[in-house]
Amino acid sequence: MTAPLIRIRDLTKSFGITPVLRGVSFDVNKGEAIGIIGPSGSGKSTILRCINALVPFDSGSIHVGEVDVGAPNLDRIALRRRVGMVFQQYNLFPHRTALQNVMMAPVQVLKQNKAEVEVRARALMRKVRLEGKEGAFPGELSGGQQQRVAIARSLCMQPEVMLFDEVTAALDPETVKEVLVTIRELAEEGMTCLIVTHEMAFARDVADHVYFTDSGIIVEHGDPKTLFSAPTHERTKAFLERVL
Amino acid sequence: MKRGVLDNRTFPVLLPLAEHLTRRSDNERRYGLPLVRLPGRWIVACAALLVLWAGVAEAQALTAGRESAIDAILKWMPLISRGFALNIAISFIAMGAGTILGMMLGLAQISLMPPVRVGSWALTQFFRNAPWLVLLFYCILVLPFRVTVFGMTFDVPNWLRATVGLTLPVMANVSEIVRGAVQSIPRGQWEAAESLGYSRGQTLREIILPQCVKRMLPPWMNLYAILIMSTPLASIVGVEEAMALTRGALNAERRGDLLIPMYGALLFAFFLYCYPIARVTQALERRHQVTT
Ligand SMILES: Nc1ncnc2c1ncn2[C@@H]1O[C@H](COP(=O)(O)OP(=O)(O)O)[C@@H](O)[C@H]1O
Ligand SMILES: [Mg+2]
Repeated sequence: MTAPLIRIRDLTKSFGITPVLRGVSFDVNKGEAIGIIGPSGSGKSTILRCINALVPFDSGSIHVGEVDVGAPNLDRIALRRRVGMVFQQYNLFPHRTALQNVMMAPVQVLKQNKAEVEVRARALMRKVRLEGKEGAFPGELSGGQQQRVAIARSLCMQPEVMLFDEVTAALDPETVKEVLVTIRELAEEGMTCLIVTHEMAFARDVADHVYFTDSGIIVEHGDPKTLFSAPTHERTKAFLERVL
Repeated sequence: MKRGVLDNRTFPVLLPLAEHLTRRSDNERRYGLPLVRLPGRWIVACAALLVLWAGVAEAQALTAGRESAIDAILKWMPLISRGFALNIAISFIAMGAGTILGMMLGLAQISLMPPVRVGSWALTQFFRNAPWLVLLFYCILVLPFRVTVFGMTFDVPNWLRATVGLTLPVMANVSEIVRGAVQSIPRGQWEAAESLGYSRGQTLREIILPQCVKRMLPPWMNLYAILIMSTPLASIVGVEEAMALTRGALNAERRGDLLIPMYGALLFAFFLYCYPIARVTQALERRHQVTT
């Protein structure tokens, strides 16, 4: 058994006096797809933000490969080239075309060769089925298309793990599917994925392991078949009854 | 977006006006400056009044056997035009310097370092809330008459010191325009950039500021219109710009009937210069409102 790709131990985090994470520990192995479910406000986004150092945490530890995310001299660029993140609101850069959105970070941050990045970016646009939309500005694309550009943008940094934070929550029902298909393909190709989602059917289908969080702790976890059909905790039962 | 001044049911006739005023005050609040509005029909009315007045002055002059008002205006025009060129030069220099300094001050206002942030905020507020004329007087009095650089002594002309006095409020207003524009960009843009490895400076340069340009352009042009219309203030501190030269010409002529035609011609010159700017500003503003 090789070391896990992500290792989180006793993670705590408060915003002011409000505790948001109260001791979260789990491992993610290379190639795994992890589902994180739970009521809103339970700290799911905060876990993902701590993993790529968008917010500092109070105590505990996070390691991504050999990178210690809590270290005071953290090399942020090294961390962020390993960890890609996709947001609920896509957050594409509206002043740049789809292709430029995908190419910007590798060229400007990693200083990679522009021609090589472009070849990769065009391949990624094909992969997320947006061939022909390279020159479109984000404002000209549907929500689902924008979200797939955002996925391609993250992938162009060639990360080892992808974090998805409720990426379909802002989409029209008919475009949710095209985004989920893209994520499923990624997971099946062996990309390590942490997927925060309200799409229970999707979590059950795609995730190798599902965590249920409530008020800052992991209440229950297990393989999706068991967790969804026979939850052991009251809180999990109540949540699943509400959403299923 | 129902924030009308009036209730829907009480005076429905006033609704278009109320909506217009609401939209206008919204824009002014957004810019933090009064907007320059030059409605065409007012201009036509004023011009008609001036022409009428000039006609009366013309008739009086001719009956009294004096030089006609139009001839007098034409005679003085080359001199006053040179003065007007100085107004434009002052406005360009003050706008250029004020924009560069204001950009820096505005970025300092969003610095992560509290002393920088507070200091630049205080500076911005101070110069934004000082009357322009007082700043002008202050600069004329405080700035040196001559400076010595590398053993060479230069005179600092009055107009240059007045330009500095106008640069300060421009700087403070640009600072606010920059800060407001940067803060109007959604937080998600910063987060996305950060998650892609961008540093704060890179994010500003590559992602935030390019998006701000479109938002900053209309208030920036509006500020320029206010600036050019404030340049005649410099005449009060002895700068020989268009306003001072017009007054000088009138003193030389010693003819009361020329007052209104001459100042009217000056007004018209400012109008010709400012009106296109105001129109372009409005057009940009409207386009911006459509696209967001
Ligand atoms: N920047 C912040 N400042 C203050 N409170 C925050 C901030 N971000 C999140 N919170 C609070 O932390 C809690 C957990 O938020 P979050 O991790 O976004 O939950 P979830 O993603 O599960 O809905 C919520 O109560 C939220 O209000
Ligand atoms: Mg969330």
